Amino acid sequence: MSTAAATPEPTPAAAPEREAEGGRFAVLQRVAQGELGPLRVLIGLILIWGVFTLANDRFLTATNLVNLSLQIAATGMISIGVVLVLLLGEIDLSVAIVSGLCAAIMAVLVEQHGWAAAPGIAAAIAAGAAIGLFQGSVVTRFGIPSFVVTLAGLIGWQGALLYVLGDTGTVNITNPTIVDLAGTFYTGATAYIIAAAVVAAFALSSLDARRRRLRAGLVAATPVVVAVRVAAVALVSFGVVAVLDQDRGLPLALVILIGFVVVFDYVVRRTRFGRHVLAVGGNAEAARRAGIRVDRVRVMVFVLASSLSACGGILFASRLLAVNQSSGGSDLLLLAIAGPVIAGVSLFGGRGTVWAALLGGLVIGSITNGMDLLALPSSTKYMVTGGVLLAAVVVDAAARQRRQRAGRV
Amino acid sequence: MTATSGSANGGQPLLALRGVSKRFGAVQALDGVDFEVRAGEVVGLVGDNGAGKSTLVKVMSGIYMADEGEYHFDGERQHVHGPNDATALGVATVYQDLALCDNLDVVANLFVGREEISGGAGGVLRGLDEASMEQQAGELLQTLTVRLPSVRQEVGLLSGGQRQSVAIARSLIGEAKVVLLDEPTAALGVAQTAQVLALIRRLREQGLGVVVISHNLADVFEVVDRILVLRLGRKAGIFEIGETTREEIVSAITGAEFGGNGGDDESGRDAAEAAR
Repeated sequence: MSTAAATPEPTPAAAPEREAEGGRFAVLQRVAQGELGPLRVLIGLILIWGVFTLANDRFLTATNLVNLSLQIAATGMISIGVVLVLLLGEIDLSVAIVSGLCAAIMAVLVEQHGWAAAPGIAAAIAAGAAIGLFQGSVVTRFGIPSFVVTLAGLIGWQGALLYVLGDTGTVNITNPTIVDLAGTFYTGATAYIIAAAVVAAFALSSLDARRRRLRAGLVAATPVVVAVRVAAVALVSFGVVAVLDQDRGLPLALVILIGFVVVFDYVVRRTRFGRHVLAVGGNAEAARRAGIRVDRVRVMVFVLASSLSACGGILFASRLLAVNQSSGGSDLLLLAIAGPVIAGVSLFGGRGTVWAALLGGLVIGSITNGMDLLALPSSTKYMVTGGVLLAAVVVDAAARQRRQRAGRV
Repeated sequence: MTATSGSANGGQPLLALRGVSKRFGAVQALDGVDFEVRAGEVVGLVGDNGAGKSTLVKVMSGIYMADEGEYHFDGERQHVHGPNDATALGVATVYQDLALCDNLDVVANLFVGREEISGGAGGVLRGLDEASMEQQAGELLQTLTVRLPSVRQEVGLLSGGQRQSVAIARSLIGEAKVVLLDEPTAALGVAQTAQVLALIRRLREQGLGVVVISHNLADVFEVVDRILVLRLGRKAGIFEIGETTREEIVSAITGAEFGGNGGDDESGRDAAEAAR
């Protein structure tokens, strides 16, 4: 680098080679800097599953894994919104209670006012969007930290939930469409066709990306690499289906969650809006100077977070067959935020992937589920969960410090 | 200014300010300053702290509007009411703090705010055209001979000189004709400074007008064609680089005759300034 001024231009032949080298170097560097959260999380997940399997041989059975996937579906949905907010470098403490409130709105409209399921669900999501619009506007208009605004929301929407539920304080869900959201399982051929469709879609998009890069004259993944990636996705997809099929089958709720994760992962990594979210999270001032309407991006993210909370609340209501005064309460907020953070989404903004919602949900869900199987008391469960969250945050902060030191050199 | 200026093209100025004044309350930050930069020319802007360098650059980049004076671009008078107007004309500014997103890679930083969308799919879900952006980024960096480990490297992991190079290269992604560089070599090591100065020369070769603000006279002498010296908001002189010495510039900056006994005068003015 020091000889940049004197060095002649690199020959075209040398350029790709150098780039590939840089790529490998970058990966090593990122591992050293404690990044590559997903890898770390997968290792953690394997450890957790190993420990619980040793402690209780019912943990890794098909029945329990179906239960686990149902348990994480709603929380994971809320966590997708949390990831978006964290990528901005903000926080939303109202996600859990908004999920309860929106589910209550749906339940009251459908069960007490005779609405059909679809408009009821739409109304719940619209209510979530309106809540996000309000909170996001207050944050941007008055420049108040989102922590405070959504803390006010946490309390205020709790009141709204009690008001919506009325005197009885609970609404049972009997509408078959809503019940089926968490009560539908795909077995046999159907489940395998879904897995095949996932693999096919992944293979096609990989090939398309490769074709584009080659057309632009760039270094692209070799056919072998593409084949290995597709094989890995196939292994996971068919493996999950094969295991779940031994019990009730592949839950619709899990399919919905993974579908949302895929869509929002695409939005974050591959669309202009997602790029702007990352830019604002990385350096809001730079984003502003680059012409990005920072406040609009912020408000939009809060709208998405609350809307996704509503979706999560609907899945919860479907699984519990009721909405009551404790919906969206208890440790749901902690779990929804802890999941992504454990899976490597930085609290400082700009770093993380949407897949962290699923992976983090799996980690947290496995710990909770495993401790339930061992019949540990609540006291222990809370302390363990809190400890895992703290450890994850410390790892995040330590990685950030290392990055800063590296940046200064 | 001499008629035979050292610029490569020698034509009419690309960006010209005429008689620009700017006042902040009681402080006259700029007082009837003329400035021009031609295509394929590097102009240095030097002066002591508070001489009005930053104010002048902010007038050029549209952040400040001058109280008096005219803004000409490409021979036509323009009314610049904000940074976006200046950007639209083709005036790009590279700020001292670089304004890069450390969490994004080089390609993403080069295109932030003007990402390219591929033709497929519809609505807000249309995908970014990463291949096209990466290709353009590679070509641009190659043209400028900026060497990076990878265009997919996260910017936060680059060295200071590489970051500065990325920030400068970014200004060329749009249709920039004039690039304003605010202290491009501050806080850089020797090797990295050489790298950035080489990049500035290549901007000149590309036919851009370049304005460099710097405290470092050594760097200025190495890369610029002309130097505008500001002193207390006024033009203290314009010097062709081949016909001047560092001592002459220093004396113009401080207001002291080189080797003369302007010291008393100087301290007197400083005192008067402080009293204000």
